[in-house]
Amino acid sequence: MSGKKTKIKYPFSKERLKNQFLNLVTNPYNVIVFFTLLILIALIVIPLVTMIKNTFTAGYTEVFRGMIKRAAAGSDLIKDVKEGEFTLYYWWYLFNKALANEILWTPLWHSLIIGFFTTVISVPLGSLIAWLMVRTDIPGKKVLSALILIPYMIPSWCKALAWLSVFRNDKSGSTGLLTGLGIAVPDWMAYGPFAIILVMCMHYYAFSYIMVSGSLRSINSELEEMGEIQGANKVQILGKITLPLVLPAFLSAAIMTISKSLGTYGVAARLGSYINYHVLATSMKNFLNNSANPKGTGYAMAILMILLASGTIFANQKLIGTRKSYATIGGKGTRSNLIPLGKAKWPLMVFMTVFLFIAMCMPLFVLIMESFQIVPGGGYGKDNLTLYAWIGNMADPKYTGDARFDAFAQNGLFQNSEFGRAALNTVKLSLIASLITAFCGQFFGYITTRGRGKWYGKLTEQLIFIPYLMPGVAFSAIYFAMFSVPRLGGLIPSLYGTFALILLVSIVKHFPFASRSGSSNMLQISQELEEAADINGAGFWTRIGRVVIPLAKNGFLSGLLLTFISIAKELDLIALLMTPENYTLSFLSFDYSKEAMPQVADAICIVIILFILVTNRIAGRLGGDVSKSM
Amino acid sequence: MSKIVLEHIDKFYGENHVLRDINLTIEDGDFMTLLGPSGCGKTTTLRVISGLEKPQHGTMTIDDKTVIDCEKAFYEEPSKRGLNLVFQSYALWPHMTVYKNVAFGMEIQKKPKLSKGEIEERVMRALKTMRIEEYRDRYPNELSGGQQQRVAIARAIASNPKLLLLDEPLSNLDARLRIDMRAELKRLHKETGTTIIYVTHDQVEALTMSTKIALFKEGEISQIDTPLGLYTNPIDLQAADFIGNPRINFIDGKGFFDGKTLKVTSPVGDFEFEEKKMKRDEECPQNREFDVVIGLRPELVDIHTEKPDEKHVIEAHVYANQPAGSETLITMAVKGVEFLAIQTGIVEYEMDQKVYARLHPSRMNVYNKETGRLIKFAKTKHKAGAEED
Repeated sequence: MSGKKTKIKYPFSKERLKNQFLNLVTNPYNVIVFFTLLILIALIVIPLVTMIKNTFTAGYTEVFRGMIKRAAAGSDLIKDVKEGEFTLYYWWYLFNKALANEILWTPLWHSLIIGFFTTVISVPLGSLIAWLMVRTDIPGKKVLSALILIPYMIPSWCKALAWLSVFRNDKSGSTGLLTGLGIAVPDWMAYGPFAIILVMCMHYYAFSYIMVSGSLRSINSELEEMGEIQGANKVQILGKITLPLVLPAFLSAAIMTISKSLGTYGVAARLGSYINYHVLATSMKNFLNNSANPKGTGYAMAILMILLASGTIFANQKLIGTRKSYATIGGKGTRSNLIPLGKAKWPLMVFMTVFLFIAMCMPLFVLIMESFQIVPGGGYGKDNLTLYAWIGNMADPKYTGDARFDAFAQNGLFQNSEFGRAALNTVKLSLIASLITAFCGQFFGYITTRGRGKWYGKLTEQLIFIPYLMPGVAFSAIYFAMFSVPRLGGLIPSLYGTFALILLVSIVKHFPFASRSGSSNMLQISQELEEAADINGAGFWTRIGRVVIPLAKNGFLSGLLLTFISIAKELDLIALLMTPENYTLSFLSFDYSKEAMPQVADAICIVIILFILVTNRIAGRLGGDVSKSM
Repeated sequence: MSKIVLEHIDKFYGENHVLRDINLTIEDGDFMTLLGPSGCGKTTTLRVISGLEKPQHGTMTIDDKTVIDCEKAFYEEPSKRGLNLVFQSYALWPHMTVYKNVAFGMEIQKKPKLSKGEIEERVMRALKTMRIEEYRDRYPNELSGGQQQRVAIARAIASNPKLLLLDEPLSNLDARLRIDMRAELKRLHKETGTTIIYVTHDQVEALTMSTKIALFKEGEISQIDTPLGLYTNPIDLQAADFIGNPRINFIDGKGFFDGKTLKVTSPVGDFEFEEKKMKRDEECPQNREFDVVIGLRPELVDIHTEKPDEKHVIEAHVYANQPAGSETLITMAVKGVEFLAIQTGIVEYEMDQKVYARLHPSRMNVYNKETGRLIKFAKTKHKAGAEED
């Protein structure tokens, strides 16, 4: 018997080469893998590298305006260079300028504070809810579990609007519910970190809920029962058995929350701007949107954000990746026995109800009510109610005669051409992007599951994972850097301000999610089903057409709908690239909400939320799971 | 006619050398079983034969037609090898009815294009063979495990393959169904005359169904033999340990071989074996004492309560007694050595009862302990009244 250790090397022969080549190109799978890798490199790696390169390359504007020249005079680090040459100017500008405090250090500090507190509050909150819902006999579980993720489906910036409509004070031009009732709301409560953290908690609790409840569900209840037999009481069981088992999920949730909250733009922009409170995301977006600023420095800020967000995720994988999953599911006893809460039952039920009330009912209620008010914060009396925000027209004599309507800057929703255009844009963007993304996602899923353990499977998986590591604003900065100038010698024109660019960025940013849904879909289709077809004489395309697609259909549809929702409500990702003719509903509402009269913005919000809930319900029917769209 | 020859097949997964120099010839009409514990390479070998895996080294021919030639990087497509495969998971397409599942391969076949009638006739013939005609319009999830299994086999035989590959087809069935399906497969083999390659880790399946068994160990074939040959003369200690339930008894002893006779001394007695009963191509030290292991099948120990007037009788004590209905397992102790005996029916012994064990040296295996290899054959004939020793 042989004990060959090394691989066999064959002498070169023409026939061998010919066969190897034929094996490679006659297999459509290889061809697909090749093109997929090509596309991923072109859409993810090259733009990222380009942005990094831009931060080290002297740009035309900065050379033309002599900004670099002036800087070179005052610093040893910077040399006076021509356009396209290497320079440290942009990084120097970011760290050394008198501005550094304003554009970098203070926002960074704010981001960290918000990230920290959001995590400290939302992770225990989400985990507690998860434990209550999965492991205890809390009353009303059916209803609660149907509602528990609805707050998460409401876009976070909609919740920011809701917050404002309750807590707004005079500073933002119109008053909120409380001020209207004569209760003075201090600035620190209405705007800034306090408000941002609370609104984010009402959103990001969902990460911890989803992860921890998944982990709890996988714990065999016999493990807890064994503890009970050994004489441990409920608190001891929770602390010594249950918690250590869900700890990995708990930590992952914490890291995810930090990473996400560090990169959030919409909430921070809405709740911070009135008191000039900036976080890294808003600071970078404002910096890049101001054409007087050196773009390279903005990109450098984006890189810092990416490093910060991806660094935490990598840390997570390093720290707990190895022991992430305990094998807690045995063959027996997966039926979980619920823990009786005893006397604590009703108080905890009240706690859940209050949570749902604050996170779901309140925002919806105040948004809906405010959209019917003439003067926000003016109470819900009959004389303060109007349908203007929905169907009013500024030119309508009914309103022109009434001074209270003067402050409205735009027509009501259904009289508003901008709304129609934005609705059309939203549908167009979401539909095209989600179709392409979901379609690609299935292919990516196919490649990663079938190429599991092979180099191309891993490479595809890693490339697709990259957009996931980046906050939406920073990701759009990459595309901003790549496509705001003509590329390939003019073959690709400058795409800034085009629908195409927004479409592209929406597609690529959703690759990770779509591919995850694709691969979970493909994992359900055992490879043996395909091999059986192969042996029966079916070629690659016959296999795809007659075996894979019929079986992947439902997963594809639900993945499509979830991507559709996600793109439709997207704000952070597209904010940087927006120009008026491309406004989507989300951005239009966000834009309107900056003005004194937020009623129309509220109305748009309600339309979006309704739309999300309905689509989500359909996706759920098809077996989709919103908890997978994180 | 279909004869399969594998020569020097090597397969790597990355650094992992999963198949090591596999050489295997399967004659036309054979029921060849690839037997071994999990992870030993038997399924990989089957997948190499089917064309689902490509080895890095070696050649394979079917009826002298080359289907694998690694040196030329030539690998014939699975569908052109004239074979079919039944998967362990059955791999029935859940979105197709039983009929569609079986018809699929023929429906997509281009040349010769089969007519609808022809396809139907063939499908129904296959369904009839497996006795599942009445389920033709059901979906796989509406069938029991055993029925799904039959569909999977029907799908594989519908195309009249020259070679049928079965990958642990019975491992998902319960014990009773397994016995039924074993009979079914044996009958199928006889009726169709198809060459079958069958992968299993279950030695009972292998022993009862095959005409030949290839025993796998860590990516190598350690022995190819008939079921009887494999059972009576396992080539090494590991093979002996693997084959047989309850497992074989190993008893340490000392051997001395003078070129003509092998003398073995052990706690269960001293034995002499002539050279002609020895396996002479194995390493066996001459004219010095060396360590040997005696292989003693539990069913080849007769137990008497009165001392019989025969050779090779030893006094022993009953250590434990396990009646199991159709048979009784008796653990016995002699001079600090324990060994197991098996008797049919229910036999009662007291614990520590004195008994006499009658051994049959001609049916013992002797292994060289150092190499672990068989050096003395056991007699294969088990006929009653044959020459005894």
